[in-house]
Amino acid sequence: MNRKEMKLHAIDYLAGKVTCKEFTEAITDYLEGNLGLFMWIRFQMHLGICLGCRRYLRQMKQTIRTLGCLPSEPPPPAVQDELLRRFRTWKHERPG
Amino acid sequence: MDGQQLAAQSAAPAPVLPTQAPPSVSPPKYTDDRLLIDALRRGEEPAFLWLVNRYHGSLLRVARTYVADSSAAEEVVQETWLGVLEGIHRFEGRSSLKTWVFRILTNKAKTRGVRESRHITFSEYERAQDEEDEPAVDPAQFQASGFWTDHWAVEPRPWDDATPERLALSKESGALLEDAIEQLPARMRQVLIMRDVEGVDSKEICELLGLSEANQRVLLHRARARIRRLLETYMEGETRGS
Repeated sequence: MNRKEMKLHAIDYLAGKVTCKEFTEAITDYLEGNLGLFMWIRFQMHLGICLGCRRYLRQMKQTIRTLGCLPSEPPPPAVQDELLRRFRTWKHERPG
Repeated sequence: MDGQQLAAQSAAPAPVLPTQAPPSVSPPKYTDDRLLIDALRRGEEPAFLWLVNRYHGSLLRVARTYVADSSAAEEVVQETWLGVLEGIHRFEGRSSLKTWVFRILTNKAKTRGVRESRHITFSEYERAQDEEDEPAVDPAQFQASGFWTDHWAVEPRPWDDATPERLALSKESGALLEDAIEQLPARMRQVLIMRDVEGVDSKEICELLGLSEANQRVLLHRARARIRRLLETYMEGETRGS
């Protein structure tokens, strides 16, 4: 075992051997606040040493933001007009 | 519209239909649920139009996961809006307004689905797809053996910071995204639209869709991972193209 591998073994030991594969599968649990404390610590430690996973996490966050930015699709004018008619009927018949 | 409604409308005093569709830009005051609910109860048209314009698209997408064709889905969404009007005076605010609207939609859609006795939503095929152990990342991107097993063989390439807004608002990639969402299995689609597109609380989603929290997160994770892959492929194409 060379020096580099020894160092990585030490990191693996401390970080509880989180692989990048495991990391990428735990991201939604992490983002939704659902990792247990120990897993959260391992997750953070892995994040500290792994550029690929930092990028992957960032991209998942960007993906979520992209979905949240999608413009809303209003109904076509005819549907909107029909709904507005219903609204006016409701307004005159509603309680109070 | 039936005759009765026509009569009701013509008997109604002043209001005339606007000739142009109202602007879809939202007045910021309606982002507060309480103000929006009060405005709806007072019968303020701009409030109703704001709500309709804001959620119609997502409601339609979720409705399509329950019923057979898009005209049926359109009807379910219209019934939902009528349900909102019927119920708004009784709405107690125990969930957010959008969750309540989605609940009305899923109830109407399920009833409709049963009436049509079409079980297209959770067909065996889709169930199988949902339960399949689908990895978030293509296994080929990880080392297959050695000390580095299951660590990146090929690290993802970085995206720039402006990515989300640019991709969501560009016509080309926006359409691609809409399409990709449409291609997701029904349950993934429901969870992704409610959670990431509309920001509904995850506990409320579980209750609405009858999912366990763990199950909901698995569906969400797979859906997100698929969309991330799509965006990655799209941007690689862009880089090659330029």
